[in-house]
Amino acid sequence: MPNKRKALQTALIALIYLAVWEAVSLLVGKELLLPSPLSTLSRLAVLLTQGETWLYAGLTLLRIMAGYVIGVLLGVLLAVLTARSAFAEALLSPLRAIVKASPVTSFILLALLWLSSDMVPLVISVLMVVPMVWTATAEAILQTDPRLIEMGKLFGLSRWKIVKKIYVPSVLPQFLAACTTSLGFAWKSGVAAEIIALPKQSIGYMLYQSKLRIETADLFAWTLMIVALSMLLEWLLVRGMRRIRRDA
Amino acid sequence: MHDGISVKNVSKSFGGHVVLNRFSAEISLFGVTVLRGSSGAGKTTLFRLLLGLERPEAGEISGMSGRKPAVVFQEDRLLPWATALENAALGSDDARATAALEKLGLGESLCLLPRELSGGMKRRVAIARALAYQGDILFLDEPFTGLDEENKRIAANAMLAAQIPILVITHDDAEVELFGKYCEIVID
Repeated sequence: MPNKRKALQTALIALIYLAVWEAVSLLVGKELLLPSPLSTLSRLAVLLTQGETWLYAGLTLLRIMAGYVIGVLLGVLLAVLTARSAFAEALLSPLRAIVKASPVTSFILLALLWLSSDMVPLVISVLMVVPMVWTATAEAILQTDPRLIEMGKLFGLSRWKIVKKIYVPSVLPQFLAACTTSLGFAWKSGVAAEIIALPKQSIGYMLYQSKLRIETADLFAWTLMIVALSMLLEWLLVRGMRRIRRDA
Repeated sequence: MHDGISVKNVSKSFGGHVVLNRFSAEISLFGVTVLRGSSGAGKTTLFRLLLGLERPEAGEISGMSGRKPAVVFQEDRLLPWATALENAALGSDDARATAALEKLGLGESLCLLPRELSGGMKRRVAIARALAYQGDILFLDEPFTGLDEENKRIAANAMLAAQIPILVITHDDAEVELFGKYCEIVID
């Protein structure tokens, strides 16, 4: 069966990676520099039995996902605004260029000056998501075939129906692709912001503490958790998007 | 007083190229009117001016206000993400669109997307959309492109059965004959 074969293949690939990791770890020979997969996974298992791990992971998720959702909404709003108005595009495009070009750490440090440490990851997620969703959505709006809009108007479609039946399906593929790409960026930048801003109850804080105490196995275990959560989020998003595409 | 569409001294140019120069015509709102002219003579431009999609630089068009034109464009202009039925029902409803599609021989293809349809089938969906819309004048720009003789005849009969005035652009004499009696306006 294809599904069974796929599962077997995935398991085989995971085993190959673990074997390489184990081999390199043995070669290095120092757990402090490179812990073995076994010690990392056993440390992860211990962490997962602790209630605070789930609390910190949940709060990290909440901060970053709140930023992500706000970023997507703001990106769409700005895309509609700048696609419709040349003045709005001229006025706001320098801001977009600045956010795109500036290193994320500059924003994290600035946000630290102005905001509480809890808010920094949220704001950084917003800043990562907005330009991506904004650019992709605005381009897609502008690329919508004007002949279809003309046809819709001649066939008596209201403005709302033109948006629903022509603009939305036309823009959806690029918008959804931008949502997927920006989720990864929001997640990575959000955790990076936590490591610098150090909100007390967060994965970033725990990661930093592991580094301070030179608990390399913990550092690896928390990193594994970040990767797993990122993959889970992306999987959920892709499933959600398939549904949206089907319903659109 | 003429109760059709009146085009008086209309001029239109694109990028310095004059397409229509002080063109005048009276278009009857009875039966079929054929717009003829060589390629580039301005037939489609006049069509777009009549539909209000372009504004004349000079002159005047009257008799179109308050009208509900049903249009078959030169291109199919189908929504790529919508089925044949959804496309045909765009300005009307499913019942009318289904009836129009069935009349044009597409009863078995209601759920197909444009990419799953042949060129001729797509053309028929565009015609069905115009017929289902129930406008009070049918605007047709090269409506039979890509259709075989049998489907041209079926489509022309369906258009005539709508019993509304028809304004058609075509440069194919055989296609014009499908409409039976017609008036002719020549643009040169």
